[in-house]
Amino acid sequence: MHWNSWQDFWAMGGHGLYVWGAYAVTLAVVVTEVVILLVKRKSILEHLGRLTRLHRRREAPQRK
Amino acid sequence: MHPQTRVLHPTAFGTSGLWRALRPRDLFEPARRLVPWFAVIALVLALAGLHLGLIVAPPAQDQGDAFRIVFIHVPAAWMSLAIFVVMAALSAATLAMRHRLAPILASALAPTGATFAFVTLWTGALWGRPTWGSWWAWDARLTSALLLFLLYLAIIATQMAIEDIRRADRSTAILSLVGVVNVPVVYFSVQWWNTLHQSTGIALNVPAASTAIAIAGTGLLTLACIAYATAATLLRAQSTILERERRSPWATHLRDSDALE
Repeated sequence: MHWNSWQDFWAMGGHGLYVWGAYAVTLAVVVTEVVILLVKRKSILEHLGRLTRLHRRREAPQRK
Repeated sequence: MHPQTRVLHPTAFGTSGLWRALRPRDLFEPARRLVPWFAVIALVLALAGLHLGLIVAPPAQDQGDAFRIVFIHVPAAWMSLAIFVVMAALSAATLAMRHRLAPILASALAPTGATFAFVTLWTGALWGRPTWGSWWAWDARLTSALLLFLLYLAIIATQMAIEDIRRADRSTAILSLVGVVNVPVVYFSVQWWNTLHQSTGIALNVPAASTAIAIAGTGLLTLACIAYATAATLLRAQSTILERERRSPWATHLRDSDALE
């Protein structure tokens, strides 16, 4: 550990903009990918739920 | 014609036959169970790797703290190449074996591969500026890495543009198999041509002990990226499987059993 202070850490020896620019955008891209994945999965499950209910409503009278 | 009408022949269950006999839905349950594990593993490894890279590792003598970009740049670059190779192998299975699970996995890999290819280009630019004095150069390494990213985008666009699933799968498979030629070009470009890009990943002007820390950090983050890519691919594959089988009794039953909540 060679950092003396938080200020020191964020400055990255004068390369802060480059180092943190690289890390921040990487994090943003990964978080965006995860959010898209979860939203997509949820919307498909909801669509599947609607299909299932539709299917049941159509089948119900025939069974009796 | 319809996916689930295919009948499995008993002899299909050999060592390679089992893989051939796998249906898309066979992946769904294992994928659902595995995703959280891979996600946790990715997070733990990433935190350990970032700890080494940002806190433990001393700055490099020649480029100071700018070298810390290596910890994302190199793992991302390796992943962007490795994912393309896996995608091409799955594409071969799609075309040669008419495998139905392979194209789902291949299409699930592409966006994550594109993510890594983009991260490679972005972090490379931010590393190049303070060390070479330039964000970008049209040298062999950088140009072929850009082509890799564009190939990923072309594959994703093709998959989305063609409505007929079988045709979309075959078209993207052909594109992957043609595009995989670019992978060795990216990898060996620094040896084959005179490039601005340095020839090896971790040839840093630092003492031996620091090099060990840099290698350990890069290794941990590479493993984290592998775990992340696995989790993301399996999560995406679940959506694709549900989408493709939404009208089948299997999907209806799955929803009824509330196994998804």
